Amino acid sequence: MYNIDVKDLNFYYGDFHALKDITMSIQENSVTAFIGPSGCGKSTFLRLFNRMNDLIPDIKMTGEVNIDGRNIYAKDILVDELRKEVGMVFQKPNPFPKSIFENVAYGLRVNGEKNKKVIEERVVESLKGAALWEEVKDKLKKSAFELSGGQQQRLCIARALAIAPKIILMDEPASALDPLSTLKIEELIFQLKKDYTIVIVTHNMQQAARVSDKTAFFYLGELIEYDFTEKIFTNPSKESTQNYITGRFG
Amino acid sequence: MEYRKRKKISQASAFWVFRIMSIAVIAILFWILGFIIVNGFQAISWDFLTKMPEDGMTKGGIYPAIIGTLCLTAGSMIFAFPIGVLSGIYLNEYAGKGWLVRFIRMMTNNLGSIPSIVFGLFGMSLFVNTLEFGDSIIAGSLTLGLLALPVVIRTTEEALKQVDNSYRTGSLALGATKLQTVVKVVLPIAFPNIITGLILSVGRVSGETAPIMFTAVAYFLPMLPSSIFDQVMALPYHLYVISTSGTDIEASRTMAYGTAFVLIAIVLILNLSANGLRRYFSNKVKTN
Repeated sequence: MYNIDVKDLNFYYGDFHALKDITMSIQENSVTAFIGPSGCGKSTFLRLFNRMNDLIPDIKMTGEVNIDGRNIYAKDILVDELRKEVGMVFQKPNPFPKSIFENVAYGLRVNGEKNKKVIEERVVESLKGAALWEEVKDKLKKSAFELSGGQQQRLCIARALAIAPKIILMDEPASALDPLSTLKIEELIFQLKKDYTIVIVTHNMQQAARVSDKTAFFYLGELIEYDFTEKIFTNPSKESTQNYITGRFG
Repeated sequence: MEYRKRKKISQASAFWVFRIMSIAVIAILFWILGFIIVNGFQAISWDFLTKMPEDGMTKGGIYPAIIGTLCLTAGSMIFAFPIGVLSGIYLNEYAGKGWLVRFIRMMTNNLGSIPSIVFGLFGMSLFVNTLEFGDSIIAGSLTLGLLALPVVIRTTEEALKQVDNSYRTGSLALGATKLQTVVKVVLPIAFPNIITGLILSVGRVSGETAPIMFTAVAYFLPMLPSSIFDQVMALPYHLYVISTSGTDIEASRTMAYGTAFVLIAIVLILNLSANGLRRYFSNKVKTN
């Protein structure tokens, strides 16, 4: 059971109360979309799941984030071990200035995998998993920078898949891409949900509607509404959700 | 119409001011270089580069000074590179933003603006006298190393600062530790710029006179050092000696220009190789 379970979560940047009393659970092997206007806290919330916020100075948090029944903010949790379980794809494609092969192999190498054959197999598998293999199989030694933006983003997804996470966090993964590349990423998300739990932050309402099973609407640091995507987009129970998805504010 | 004309004139005049200024800079540089080359080139010969000085330094070669400068420069870098690069990494990657770090950074910058003669006096009192190294390669190298340290730290820090943060978060998000992130991702990206800074600091150090004057160099020493505790001759000091207090200043004029020529040639070669190395490494890092 690789579900995410958040209890009474409050989060502060200095004095700024960024997330207020959030309680929610996310099911395994599903796609959950976080929507809401800029600054509503959805990205901050996402980054709690792999403790990326730890890198920011002067933050404070109360409450619990449980993944698979374990509180990931407990003292005995090793952050780098946690991040192996919870992969992340960022807004801007950020492949390393290394070859395509080395980009995918990186996560394996830093996690102590030395067996060349295992690494090779995992790289191929991950590139296939990210629907990139056919495009790059003849140029694995070439720099990742030679790929297009959309390909780079799929490479970053492959890179995340290589270390076999259970959960993949995506922070506006298609917002820097053209419509065609966006479509490919969305198809990919649909495929990946068979094996992974996916949480995606997006500004694109149609995208949330297309890819996700459940949608959470955030506003001013609060979780306003969290329900099946179909319900959120056809018959939301809160007025502010209705206003946001119909574009009346945000 | 009037306005458009004024705009055009101000554009053109600004352009010419910029152009004349940059031409002036280049012209002065070439003038200096040309002067040294014209006057110094006739002194250059195989013997000049490989023989000991003779006849009260008015004849012969400058071989021991070349070797001395190479020893001192290499020694200073063996000392300054590791300490400087590691401090730079600490300051930029680990230290955060506390008052202590700001203080260290400020003092590093201050250290960089201390006149080199003060380094010379400090080196004499600490390395030559207190630690009893005597006038020696080791004392001179350490003094020059101290002088280069702030430059090395600054360059390393600047090079690391230019590495986009998304590489760090990308690496950490894959379960890499901070050390792995720094060693496997950040440093390779910053390396071309670090190496350039390092070589430029080598160029600077190899031309310094004041820091080695009281710590390492000999006025006249027609033999090669056999250990790091020996005194040496060095190009900049040799140039100073034969231009101001030699046995026969007029007679050694050609020698002086020749020495200047060799010194400039060494610095130029270093700078060119810095450029080459940077290009080589920045191409390499993309596909490695």
